[in-house]
Amino acid sequence: MRSAAQTAQSAALLSCGVCHLLVRRPAGAGDPAGRCPRCGAALHSRKPQSIARTWALVIAAFIFYIPANVLPITKVTSLGATQSDTIMSGVIYFIQTGMWPIAAVIFIASVFVPVLKLLILLCLVVSVQRRSGWRPKDRTRLYRITEAIGRWSMTDIFVVTILVALVHLGALANIEAQAGAVFFAAVVVLTMLAAMSFDPRLIWDVKEPQDECEYPA
Amino acid sequence: MACHDCDLLHRIPAVADGMTASCCRCGAVLAKPKRNSIDRSLALAVAGLLLFVLANSFPFLGFKVQGQVRETLLLTGIRQLYLQGMPEVAVLVLITTVLAPLAQLLALLYILLPLKLGRLAPGMFHVFRRLRRIEPWSMTEVFMVGILVSVVKLAKMAQIIPGTAAFCFMALIFTLAACMASLDPHEVWNRWEGAR
Repeated sequence: MRSAAQTAQSAALLSCGVCHLLVRRPAGAGDPAGRCPRCGAALHSRKPQSIARTWALVIAAFIFYIPANVLPITKVTSLGATQSDTIMSGVIYFIQTGMWPIAAVIFIASVFVPVLKLLILLCLVVSVQRRSGWRPKDRTRLYRITEAIGRWSMTDIFVVTILVALVHLGALANIEAQAGAVFFAAVVVLTMLAAMSFDPRLIWDVKEPQDECEYPA
Repeated sequence: MACHDCDLLHRIPAVADGMTASCCRCGAVLAKPKRNSIDRSLALAVAGLLLFVLANSFPFLGFKVQGQVRETLLLTGIRQLYLQGMPEVAVLVLITTVLAPLAQLLALLYILLPLKLGRLAPGMFHVFRRLRRIEPWSMTEVFMVGILVSVVKLAKMAQIIPGTAAFCFMALIFTLAACMASLDPHEVWNRWEGAR
């Protein structure tokens, strides 16, 4: 390593987002700064319009989160009686019938994780916009958590799919998916896209390269 | 190379198998070579493809109520959602449980099989790039949790019989996860540069 630590950006290098090849940044190059000579991916020093895209997707997800929880996701018809269930009423049903582990799984996957993810992303974009230098390592870790947990919110959509497939017995019992499921699926997709469009390197851009290093590079 | 999470430049010496090189600033894993990376991923991808075919052709779950048995395929639920006027959700489920895993397996085979024979598949970078992009959308393990929740949910109403496909699907989850975990992208790039 050189005497002083450097980032790829300060050394006029670009790191390919796909194959991690380091490429010298051509002078006066725009964005994207050409293509990776090894794998052909478009080269960006940072993900393009990361903050704006993340904001847009987070706001959209917040808006969709409301109908996702207010509207019913399933409609059960059993021997003439009809019952509509929202995500929360499903959780409450499981608590009342004593199946709290399942209630916990659904609550965590469908209510807790999406909200947690949105709050973390909100906190990350706000802190990057305010050029905060607060605990960058922990914020990077928070970002990795959001990336990893997002997919688990799909659980409820899969449950609806399986219920709809199995309980299809004509007049005896029938389960139908309802509008809430569409909004909920949209929330999951939007939060995943939001996490993908955020660039964790922005957290570190306000720092000097040698800051926070635990040992010399 | 530069850290993909914080952009700090590192000069990484050759890392021994089973060791990990992490970024000194943010702790991201930079390199983690694995033994027989290509062979293992290839073997697991072949196994995964067989399991995928089985998981989609045999009955997935059976539902027994008052002597009536209803058998469903993996695709039945998706079709039902579509018929009930939820094409968006149906497409999303189709992508995350069927198309993305299939694309993942085919892409791996397309890249690894020629590489194993010392050749290069045409356009393998594009395929590899897409493979990375597909990864988060392949949600087989999440689907498994969905199955468990639905089984408990319906347990009072009727008896649920897991079919052949359900077991294949379960095996597919582990195979796919092991395949992606044993794939070392740096090894793929190195082989490519060696073969050129």
